[in-house]
Amino acid sequence: MMKSLYIAAKDLKSEFRTKQMLNSMLIFSLVVIVIFSISFGDLLSQPDMVAKLAPGVLWIAFTFAGTLGLSRSFAGEMENGCLEGLKLSPIDRSSIYTGKTISGAFLMFTVELLTIPIFIVLFNYNITGIIGLAIVIFLGTVGFMSVGTLLSALSASTRAREIMLPVLLLPLIIPVIIPAVMATGTILTDGGIGDIASELRLLIVYDLIFFVVGQLVFEYTVMD
Amino acid sequence: MDSIISITGLSKSFGHRKALNNINLEIKKGEFVAVFGPNGAGKTTLLKIMSTIIEPTRGTVLVNGIESKKDPSGIRGMIGAISHETYLYDELTARENLVFFSRMYGIEKNKIDERVEVLLKSVSLLQRADDRAGSFSRGMKQRLSIARAMLHRPAILLMDEPYTGLDQHAAENFEHVLMNTGSSEVTRIMITHNIERAFGLCDRMLILDRGEIRLDKPKKDIGSVEQFREKYLSIVQKDTDAEGTGNL
Repeated sequence: MMKSLYIAAKDLKSEFRTKQMLNSMLIFSLVVIVIFSISFGDLLSQPDMVAKLAPGVLWIAFTFAGTLGLSRSFAGEMENGCLEGLKLSPIDRSSIYTGKTISGAFLMFTVELLTIPIFIVLFNYNITGIIGLAIVIFLGTVGFMSVGTLLSALSASTRAREIMLPVLLLPLIIPVIIPAVMATGTILTDGGIGDIASELRLLIVYDLIFFVVGQLVFEYTVMD
Repeated sequence: MDSIISITGLSKSFGHRKALNNINLEIKKGEFVAVFGPNGAGKTTLLKIMSTIIEPTRGTVLVNGIESKKDPSGIRGMIGAISHETYLYDELTARENLVFFSRMYGIEKNKIDERVEVLLKSVSLLQRADDRAGSFSRGMKQRLSIARAMLHRPAILLMDEPYTGLDQHAAENFEHVLMNTGSSEVTRIMITHNIERAFGLCDRMLILDRGEIRLDKPKKDIGSVEQFREKYLSIVQKDTDAEGTGNL
C-alpha cells in the first residue's frame, strides 16, 4: 500500500507543479456549469426545477472533466518510458493501478470541490445535505476512477487513445452514473442519507467490484 | 566464475513472428557482454525477457539461480536498467526522481537520502540535484539514469542502446560514470550499434540476428575492432542476401 501512496504522491506533485491537467479539468467543468446556468435562465428562480436539473448538470461536468484527466493519466507515464521504469521495479503491478487510481480520484475531488461553490452561486441554490452529497460524490468518483484508470492504461498504448478512452469508458460507467445522479437528485430535494441507502449500496458494490477487478487485470493491460 | 544468468532453449514468438529462437546463453558474474545485431534481431526482446518484463514462449531463464517465472519481482530487485529512454519524470527534480525510485526499490527510509547524495555526487549532478530533470541535457539525463539504475546496488545492469542521442563528449562522460559507479562485480549487458565504443568496454561480444545467436566470443579471441566489424557485416549481410533485396 505504501508503494501505491508513493506513486500517487509522485503524480500529484508533478501535477500540482504544472497544473496542466487540473486547469483543463477545472475550466471544462466550470464552462459546463456556466453554459447550463445561462441556458436554463429563468428556470433557476424555481428551486424545485433546479433540484431536478442540477444532478445531471453536475455529473455531466464531473464525468467529462474526469475523462479529460484520465486521458493524460498514463500518457505522462509513457513519456521517457516511465511506465517501463515502474514495471522494472520490484513492485506489484497492482500497486501502480492503486496509486494511479488514488491520484486520479484526488484530482477529480479537487475539481469537484471547486465546482460545487460555483454551481451554488450560478444556480442560486442552497444545498442543505452537504454530507450526503459529499458521500455520493466520493463513491461516484471512486467508481469512476476505478474503471477509468484501468481503461486509461489499456488505451494509453493504442494509437487512437483520445478516441478509445471515452468509447470504452462511457458505457462502462453508466452503472455508477445512474445511482450517483439519482442519489444527488434526492439529496438536492432535501432528502437524507436514509433516503439514498439503495443508491449508496449500489455505488459501494460497484466500487468494490471494479476496484478488485482492476487490481486483478491491470497486470495484463500493461503487459508488453 | 559462476553464472549469474543462465538461459536455456529460450524462444519468443509474437503471433506468427519468431523474435527469438532457441537461445542458450550463460553469463558469468562480473562479465561485460556487448550484444550487437541489426534492427529487429531480437536484442531488446532478449533483454526484456531477462528483466521479466515479458515472458518467454518457451525455455527457462535463471537469474542468480532463480527462475524468472517463479519470482519475477525478486529478479527485478537484482536488475538495474538503462535505456535510450531515461525512465525519469521531467517534472520532478533529479533528487525527487531518485528518492521516488529508491522507494519503489524498497530501500530503507533512513538510508535513502545518503544513497541519493552519494549517487548524485558520483554522476556529477549534485550541483543540479534540485533542478527539474526536464531541464537537463540529454547527457545529464543519461547520467541521472545511471544513478537511478544503481540505487539498489543491482547485481546486473542491463543497457539497451544507452548511447542514443549522446554526442561524443557526453558518450565519453557516460562511459566514465558507467564504469566508475557501482561495484566491479556488477554484470553488465549492453545492446548497442556502436561497435567501437562497446569494443573498448566489454569482455565478450555477441551477435544476434533473426532471433538466433550467430557469434559468441570473448573479446580476446576476436582481435581488433576492424576484424569484429568485418565479421559482423559478413554475418548480417549474408542473412540479408539470403533473404533477397527484391527488385530495388
